[in-house]
Amino acid sequence: MIGILASIIDGVLVGSVYGLAAMGLTLIWGVMDVVNLTHGAMIVAGMFALYLATSALGISPYAALVPIFIGGFLVGIMLYWVAVHRVIGRPPLMSLLSTFSVNLVLIGLGTAVWGTVLFNVPVSLPGISWQRYTFPGTHLLAAALTVVIAGLLYLFLYHTRIGKAVRAVAGNREAAELVGIPTTRVLSLAFALGVALAGVSGMLIGTMFPFTVLSGDTYQLKGFVVTVLGGLGNPTGALLGGIALGLIEGLATPFMPVSWTPVIEFALFVAVLIAFPKGIFALRRS
Amino acid sequence: MKSISLMVAAALVMAMPALAADDNTITIGMTVSQTGALNVEAVAQMQGFELWQDQVNAAGGIKVGDKHYKVHLVSYDDQSQGGRVQQLYTRLIVQDKAQFLFGPYSSGLVGTAAVISEQYGKILLVTGGAEPKTYELGNKYLFQVITSADHYLTGAVDALHSKDPHARLALVYSDDPFSKAVAGAARDQAKEAGFDVVLNEAYPPTQTDFSPIINKIISAKADALMGGGHYADGATMARQLYDQKANLKWVTILVAPDSDKFASLGPSAVGITTPSQWEPQVAYKPDFGPTPAAFTKAFEAKFKVEPDYRAGAAYGGGLILQYALEKAGSLDREKVAAALNATDLTIMLGHIKFATDPQHHGLQIAHEMVLAQWQKKNGKLERQVVWPLNAKTADLIYPLH
Amino acid sequence: MRHGAAQGEGRYAGLFRRPSFWIIALVIAAFVIAPLIGNDVEMRESLVLAAIYIILASNVNLMLGYAGYVNFGSIVFFGLGGYVCVYLMSAQGWPLAAAALAAGVAVSLLALVFGLGILRLRGAYFALATIGVNEAVQAVVANFNPWGGSAGLYLSPRLFLPLGGAMQALWVIYFLLVAVMGLSLYLSYVIKSSKFGLGLLAIGQNEDAAAVLGVPTPLFKALAYSASAFLPAIAGGLYFFKSAFIQPTDAFDLTLSTEAIVIVMLGGQGTITGPALGAYLYEELRGWLLTSETFSHFQLVVSGALLLVIVLFAPGGLMGWLYGRWPRLRKVLE
Repeated sequence: MIGILASIIDGVLVGSVYGLAAMGLTLIWGVMDVVNLTHGAMIVAGMFALYLATSALGISPYAALVPIFIGGFLVGIMLYWVAVHRVIGRPPLMSLLSTFSVNLVLIGLGTAVWGTVLFNVPVSLPGISWQRYTFPGTHLLAAALTVVIAGLLYLFLYHTRIGKAVRAVAGNREAAELVGIPTTRVLSLAFALGVALAGVSGMLIGTMFPFTVLSGDTYQLKGFVVTVLGGLGNPTGALLGGIALGLIEGLATPFMPVSWTPVIEFALFVAVLIAFPKGIFALRRS
Repeated sequence: MKSISLMVAAALVMAMPALAADDNTITIGMTVSQTGALNVEAVAQMQGFELWQDQVNAAGGIKVGDKHYKVHLVSYDDQSQGGRVQQLYTRLIVQDKAQFLFGPYSSGLVGTAAVISEQYGKILLVTGGAEPKTYELGNKYLFQVITSADHYLTGAVDALHSKDPHARLALVYSDDPFSKAVAGAARDQAKEAGFDVVLNEAYPPTQTDFSPIINKIISAKADALMGGGHYADGATMARQLYDQKANLKWVTILVAPDSDKFASLGPSAVGITTPSQWEPQVAYKPDFGPTPAAFTKAFEAKFKVEPDYRAGAAYGGGLILQYALEKAGSLDREKVAAALNATDLTIMLGHIKFATDPQHHGLQIAHEMVLAQWQKKNGKLERQVVWPLNAKTADLIYPLH
Repeated sequence: MRHGAAQGEGRYAGLFRRPSFWIIALVIAAFVIAPLIGNDVEMRESLVLAAIYIILASNVNLMLGYAGYVNFGSIVFFGLGGYVCVYLMSAQGWPLAAAALAAGVAVSLLALVFGLGILRLRGAYFALATIGVNEAVQAVVANFNPWGGSAGLYLSPRLFLPLGGAMQALWVIYFLLVAVMGLSLYLSYVIKSSKFGLGLLAIGQNEDAAAVLGVPTPLFKALAYSASAFLPAIAGGLYFFKSAFIQPTDAFDLTLSTEAIVIVMLGGQGTITGPALGAYLYEELRGWLLTSETFSHFQLVVSGALLLVIVLFAPGGLMGWLYGRWPRLRKVLE
């Protein structure tokens, strides 16, 4: 019984990080109707940035968070102008393919440089023990930071002018233009923000698990599931969706063979998509 | 008349070097997974073959009958994909005229390549595929040089038994053909040895977070854990066992700990055991070819890194082929296959012997895994061979907690 | 708008008059004859891969190029077809032709059922749902023991005997694959010339308008989805039989279906020649990259960069570019 409870708690902790990994994805999708298939590569970039920061520069892991956020933001701006700007407004196929092709390039470069070798960033933090079970400090801190970031994102979107501009563009781009909002700048900012969030989530994941250049794919896929569960364009929904996913993983394991977890995850994914074609709590009303 | 015969003679002389080049080389073909998921392992394998080729050619070639043949390796990238494998092996046989073949890396690819190699009757030596089922399908020219999957954990089970015959054992492994074959056989062997198998589960290969599974292991009150699968999952599991203070007395993980990169796990790596096809420190006394130490030295001199078991297995594969060719005294396929079937020999890789009955032809039946354990020596993390006892370089640490 | 089939003639007689019909026939003939010259086994093996790409690309084009729906997970048809066929042959002793055909029928029926569910989704939602379907099916198959579970199924060489032994069997499989490829191209052609195809194209232009104008959109979409499953399923059966081994990670590998989409884009979506041309070019490019000393490590980078350039600057693909330069080509190469 206690084991089940421990798994549930752990599921919530890790799930919140899944949620963070999805926040950038859902933000971009919700604001500009672009499915960013480089998302996985950006998560991996965050992981490697953490590795380089701790091993080559000797920075303590969590101190790398803000620099990685800023770095991700800058990369996002670049990415926007290279691959996304031209395909906004065109059929979704185009943006899917353009981000997908950039992803190919990035992963190709990554494997050429680092191969598929495993990297690990050892982080020692005291955890919380309860009976025979322990909640690693890295999981606890990652979850806490995720909540903080989610909170900051919420404040940004709902209580700053730029944030409101972002939501305006998400709601109705033409109307926003008419009102004088510089939509292109806002779009590029939203995209860069999404990428920065991806990078930071990668960094936090890197504090918890070992990784390779190819690790991003799994988290991107989870990101899709979370986005669908939590509702398109809704970052808070992403957090909740992530926790839901983590809960499913944590809850399923004590009761059934672990190999069935993906069946449940994806069946649920397809079912939710079919039942709620626009996502459960969609930000856009159109 | 004279001028024509002169011309003919001249033409023959000019053609001779070309003939001689073909005549005195043996072409060996293979595919390498240079891209795709398997690339790290494949590179090591390639290096093992290259070292063998260089050494053989430097010594003047392989002695077959009364001629000396140099070795010419041809390889292509199969991208870790089955479709490419068939295309490329066909190319190797038909266009590059390979007389012998080395296998691709991974059992699935080997099975697919075998369709081609068997129909052309080319001998294929497998140094990178441990799946035993491939040898139950009725092949004639397939030979497995490394230990097959169903014996991977035999040594670990024996070693655990020697320390604690009543340990509660958990088997948690990746849901893929290789790991399942290993774990399935281990389970049978564990039960036979009298262990209580308290958990037996396969996790999806894409599993990212092992905490729920580890909690399950803790809930089952297991003393010992055996399993894992490949790099990322094995390493993650090792790390999370430590982070979650599972405090198991014994942990054996497949594949991941057998790489030097595993040391980057720091404290999580200490005490983890892993079955290995070969370690540089093993103390086999070979009947043929260099000692493990001599091989290691030559490898380090050429590639500036220590050889791992993939390189060792590949080099061993080359040695076995060389031995069979020398024994057969001919390049004729049937004679070489007969020589391989009759092989019962120790090389730097270990004791090599192939099954010859039609139901299992080619299966490796003599080679054994060694058990390596990560231990701290003078503050440094290193792999030591701890089992079998006659090959060990350090004592087995038990219990871990 | 499209064709000049005179009202008095049979509805499909006009099909024989158009160049495309004969071009397709030529392509099939080329595939058949080329490797037979000199018994060139190596060429045959390359052509197998080219044929598979053409099959996957042409069929994904039905949804993508005609109706505008991106099926990222189209590989699920290929993989399931492979499993059904291999299972029927190895466990139930069915002969190849019957097993492959059964695979096609079973998978397209399943696609119809699935399709009715997920085709209510639009745009990127649909694309993601197809990925979800693929992953879910893969996860189920990995847990399904009669099909070998995650360990997969190995095929005994015995199964090649009814076809005359392995060497001959590989030729037979090749010709069957070429036939499937030919059928895929003809299917694209026939659909495009029919009212059904017209309806699909209308859906691709503006689905809501098409519905208003009387096109039975849910039915047509479901039919297209199901039709796009039939031939890839058969091809999957043939391919995995030839490989003598099938496992979930290979059978449901999303890389192949994404490559199919790249090929359609490369060649020109919505056209018939596009996928074929794209497959040929793509395969040539990949083959060259793989065996080239400098580029083999960077082949993903090159493919990705190429795709990006096409998407950004030439979304009509090669055919689109050709049509732009020589508009009259439209009538000849569809």
